[in-house]
Amino acid sequence: MSEKFISFEGIARRYPAPNGGTTTIFEDLWLGVPKGEFVCVIGHSGCGKTTLLNILAGLDAPSEGVVLVDGREIAGPSLDRAVIFQGHALLPWRTVLGNVAYAVSSRHPKKSKAEVEAHAKRFIKLVGLEGSEHKRPAELSGGMKQRVGIARALSIEPKILLMDEPFSALDALTRGTLQDEVRRICRETGQTVFMITHDVDEAIYLADRVVLMTNGPGAMVAETVVNPLPVDRERTDLHKHPAYYPLRNHLIEFLVTRSRTFRDHVPADRDPRRPPLVRPEIPVPAAAPAAGGTAPQAETLRNIA
Amino acid sequence: MNLSIGTRASALSAVILVVFLLAWHVATQGSTAGGPPMDPEYAKLMGLTATTGKSAMPGPLDVGAKLLEHLSRPFYDNGPNDKGIGIQLGWSIARVAAGYGLAALVAIPLGFVIGMSPLLSRAFDPFIQILKPVSPLAWMPLALYTIKDSGASAIFVIFICSVWPMLVNTAFGVASVRKEWLNVARTLEVGPWRRAFTVILPAAAPTILTGMRISIGIAWLVIVAAEMLVGGTGIGYFVWNEWNNLSITNVITAILVIGMVGMLLDRMLAVAARAVTFPE
Ligand SMILES: Nc1ncnc2c1ncn2[C@@H]1O[C@H](COP(=O)(O)OP(=O)(O)O)[C@@H](O)[C@H]1O
Ligand SMILES: [Mg+2]
Repeated sequence: MSEKFISFEGIARRYPAPNGGTTTIFEDLWLGVPKGEFVCVIGHSGCGKTTLLNILAGLDAPSEGVVLVDGREIAGPSLDRAVIFQGHALLPWRTVLGNVAYAVSSRHPKKSKAEVEAHAKRFIKLVGLEGSEHKRPAELSGGMKQRVGIARALSIEPKILLMDEPFSALDALTRGTLQDEVRRICRETGQTVFMITHDVDEAIYLADRVVLMTNGPGAMVAETVVNPLPVDRERTDLHKHPAYYPLRNHLIEFLVTRSRTFRDHVPADRDPRRPPLVRPEIPVPAAAPAAGGTAPQAETLRNIA
Repeated sequence: MNLSIGTRASALSAVILVVFLLAWHVATQGSTAGGPPMDPEYAKLMGLTATTGKSAMPGPLDVGAKLLEHLSRPFYDNGPNDKGIGIQLGWSIARVAAGYGLAALVAIPLGFVIGMSPLLSRAFDPFIQILKPVSPLAWMPLALYTIKDSGASAIFVIFICSVWPMLVNTAFGVASVRKEWLNVARTLEVGPWRRAFTVILPAAAPTILTGMRISIGIAWLVIVAAEMLVGGTGIGYFVWNEWNNLSITNVITAILVIGMVGMLLDRMLAVAARAVTFPE
């Protein structure tokens, strides 16, 4: 297992500012993602999460630095990195099958129409949309549209799946079901996933690691939190696990205060090339209060970097 | 009354039509007796109709009869100044089809290229802005002088008036394709030609069709005027010729027929536009 299947190496993204200068969204950003891991990036709106994902997708280029995937520098978009867009981005003039088949035929230009459709149908079935193949996006609910987006991305069997707040526009119930399915599919296939969210519970349920990004401009990766919950966790009983509250509180605390104050208290020994890897400690059962209690926060963290 | 708005609108349309026809009928029944004495020169010019007491203006019954007569024999041909209305319409439609078709062949590909390139878009903009508001008939002398053929000049005038809405709309439709859809194509490594035909064209099609619909409307307006100028054949020439024959009945009949054909052309493009428009 490569420790750095995806590697952001000192990337920066700057935009021209209205006053004639430049705004730095982030700079000197280093981040590694191991193969087969599900990584979530959380941070406040506007801190540069989408920018980061678009750079990895190849849709945007860094102003400085490079991104390596599997040891090779990326240059533009690739079929190896499939994107699930925030606003599903389905082509409205194509049916469900047409949308997925479009991706399949891009991946396999030599396949016959029948082969392409059979392949596409396999992935439509995987996301539970069997029977809706011939509907157009306008006839689908928000959740179904996002399922098509997921089927389209998975159908090209990418090395990396990129998701930009894929469930943020959905109602809680639909969001839960889709999270379950994405987690099931990604675990079954050992998919490497880079996902953006600002929903802490989504990150806790889905992610193996949670990357914490501070507020912009000049956002930084404060740390990467290793999810201590067991891999066979269920969405509905996450909160029963003793590590749940320490982890959740740590993430919330980051979003509420540290994302804002981090820049003023940057540890002297901080090496931007190696953001600390943090694992919230599971409290000893005797000391652990019942669910909902106030768990200790920063103290329970052991910096293992 | 719980009739749908559609039914009520149709009923109201029928009432308006009946009232209009009645008013028209009554207005054209009256004699000229009460009016001021007619200028003898004018009376001579207007011939019999003006002096027989009956109004020179035909009533709805005359026009209806004429319309039936034309529709029953649309394609007769008794020499250059006496052809069936079907033949004249055929000429006009053929000219519009030729000019409009040529315009589409030029405007849609050119608009596509302009829409894809911000540089070309800016470079072409001043020319489009200046040429677009020019009345197409202003081109007529230039066309007659250079082409030296009246039929081809009429087609050129149709071409020049149809080209602008299609060009502008195609460029706009292509330039405003949703970024997301283009990004889908980019992440799937779709090549430029496939992207043009599978993403940009379908996305821009409703806007392009809107331009085509505006163009056909303008072309049909302009063909009547153009044919009045160049003469020979066509529904515009028919109107002019019947005015010279002082057959107001034929002129009104022609107006009705021109309106109906125009509506039909517009409907056709509306149907086409609906076929390429998909809600999200
Ligand atoms: N084209 C652009 N020009 C200037 N600033 C931009 C542009 N795109 C994004 N930004 C700025 O970059 C910052 C990060 O944006 P984004 O990556 O979308 O944030 P997030 O996804 O975390 O909400 C925002 O402050 C935004 O205003
Ligand atoms: Mg975003």
